[in-house]
Amino acid sequence: MNFNIYDFTEFIISIDNWLKQLLSPGLAKITGMALIGVTFLLFVTLLGLSIVYIERKVCAFFQQRLGPMRVGFWGTAQTIADIIKLIFKEPLATKNSDKFLFNLAAFIVLISPFMVIAVVPFAKGLHALDFDIGLFYVTAVSSLGVTGILLAGWSSNNKYSLIGAMRSGAQIISYELSIGLSLLAIVILTGSLQLSVIVESQRDGWWIFKGNIPAIVAFIIFIIASTAESNRGPFDLAEAESELTAGFHTEYSGIKFAFFFLAEYVNLFIIAAIGATVFFGGWMPLHIGNFTFFNEAMDIIPPIIWFFAKVAALIFLLMWFKWTFPRLRIDQLLQLEWKYLLPLSILNLVLMTIVSLTGWHL
Amino acid sequence: MEDLLNKAETQEYFINMGPQHPSTHGVLRLMLTLDGEIIKKVEPHLGYIHRSIEKMSEKDSYYQMVHLTDRMDYLSCHINNEAVCLAIEKGLQLEIPDRVKYIRTIISELTRLSSHQLWWGVMGMDLGAITTFLYGFRDREMITDIFEETCGARLTMNYNVPGGLMFDIHPNFQKRTKDFIKHFKKKLPEYDELLSGNIIFTERTKDIGYLSKEDAISYGVTGPSGRGSGFACDVRKRIPYSAYDKVEFKEIIYTEGDSFARYKVRMDEMKESLYIIEQLIDNIPEGDFKAKTKAVIKLPDGEYYQRVETARGELGVYIISDNKKNPYRVKYRSPGFSNLSALDTMARGGKIADLVAMMSTLDLVIPDIDR
Repeated sequence: MNFNIYDFTEFIISIDNWLKQLLSPGLAKITGMALIGVTFLLFVTLLGLSIVYIERKVCAFFQQRLGPMRVGFWGTAQTIADIIKLIFKEPLATKNSDKFLFNLAAFIVLISPFMVIAVVPFAKGLHALDFDIGLFYVTAVSSLGVTGILLAGWSSNNKYSLIGAMRSGAQIISYELSIGLSLLAIVILTGSLQLSVIVESQRDGWWIFKGNIPAIVAFIIFIIASTAESNRGPFDLAEAESELTAGFHTEYSGIKFAFFFLAEYVNLFIIAAIGATVFFGGWMPLHIGNFTFFNEAMDIIPPIIWFFAKVAALIFLLMWFKWTFPRLRIDQLLQLEWKYLLPLSILNLVLMTIVSLTGWHL
Repeated sequence: MEDLLNKAETQEYFINMGPQHPSTHGVLRLMLTLDGEIIKKVEPHLGYIHRSIEKMSEKDSYYQMVHLTDRMDYLSCHINNEAVCLAIEKGLQLEIPDRVKYIRTIISELTRLSSHQLWWGVMGMDLGAITTFLYGFRDREMITDIFEETCGARLTMNYNVPGGLMFDIHPNFQKRTKDFIKHFKKKLPEYDELLSGNIIFTERTKDIGYLSKEDAISYGVTGPSGRGSGFACDVRKRIPYSAYDKVEFKEIIYTEGDSFARYKVRMDEMKESLYIIEQLIDNIPEGDFKAKTKAVIKLPDGEYYQRVETARGELGVYIISDNKKNPYRVKYRSPGFSNLSALDTMARGGKIADLVAMMSTLDLVIPDIDR
């Protein structure tokens, strides 16, 4: 087994070979799948825990306070304590609620982030799936989450939840268009939907720098639309604490509430990961044209660190939005999408085609 | 399509906003009739925090009834106390030392500032910007520290007694107040940067919750909420009390009548309050901090009325006395109650989110409405 932090391809293959040696081919495949499943389960849980902690610290930083400080060193064990509390709490359901859908909804919201995370390339060769329609798959699967939210709102038997769910439905379906179109702008440049190809195409520079003005516009549209799609502030109308108490998850408690919570933060990671992969070169180190010395110096930092650094920067940006801006109203939110972002992203797509055809990009 | 829309049956529905709801800031219950997200009717339902302060005042002596008023509008408790004391002093025809008048005015303005700071923070929070809440509290902390040093209490101060003040000011009072003014003058532009200039905020408040001048007058909407509609109702200017006739300040009036106008009135009023304090803080005259009063006050037969400008509007104190050691009848005209009555007119046709913004700009304190 040869482990190389710069290229995981051989390492993954060697694990595969080792399994095949030990077990029969069928069993090896099943064990491999189980291994990937457990890895992702652990990864997502760890991710949820750490992003919640980071959010609380970042929020505290913006609000000139300390955040969690008591449990563990600098409050690092606070989220673990919270999760333990949530696990032991009694899961309640409101009277006359649709019990089956009510319970199901909490699981459905977790499905879509798990499905998307499978195609995220964490480093060279480190991904569960890499197929030719990667980006299409991401946009298709990430919209599944709204089903869970709608079901949660509907089955809770609470008018506030229902209003929140309806808002969320209208919001997510609208903003998906802009996300798709803004990602398509980069696809025009790369000519492929496959995420590994998109990353490879940014070897001599990231698309945000190479792609001329339309790439920057596409990134701005992407970051706005994806904030809206993940129901985060300033677009957190579905939860809208001051209007709808907590929107679609008002009636949830205990571990089922934790699922909604986890789904929100994993979605945050996914947005940042997709944004980083498409616009900022994913795990690709920062390369500038033919500055060989600079490029080699950048290559020393392992790709996986590049990836997580970019994701962390984008997550920080999204948190910055949330803790600074007031919330929009539902009609203003839809106006922003249908009157401004959508025409702009279509125009941007046309512009990108021209840029791509004339070769104005680098 | 038109036909389809006409055929589709829509139904108005009813929703209870409160008594436990994050944006009613207390136990106010609003019964909303909604069509989708659009508000058709708002019926405020009161009485969840009624403590019969008026009736209790009839049992108490004149010294004791002052303390109950802290619990009405707890964010401008000093001004409430002052109103009752002024009414009693009017009945006794007491000559109040100038020192008392000056200190009362300074602390009233500090109270107004702290109330407006808290309102600003909560306003941001109601619109979804939680950070403003912490910023507002950060600066309010300095004022509550000054209060704590002056009279030992931070919120319900009880600093006034009929005839003057309970104690003299702390030697540090002037210095700390000046420090605060210096600090807060730097922070006010930050407030504007964070909220007033934000496009989302202006979109959420401009042309929302319109209240005409006529409506404002007929509902008796006073204070910053009334002045946002162009109703010149500042008691400090119209019928000056304490030391307000000795200072100069502007009566802030905006004529737009929307949520943003009410917001701007309060923001500008903070600047005026700072200006008033600046004029008085170095000129506090020497003298007694209390006029001589008897141990048991008996007001002569008659009716006494005193109005003051609290942070929320006009507070009226009406005392009927029958020459006993306790009043025959006490009535408070609280600003919150009248301001709330205009909510239905303002909110109709708006969205749920607008209602939250409107309630914030009315600056409701629920114990003030119920008493």
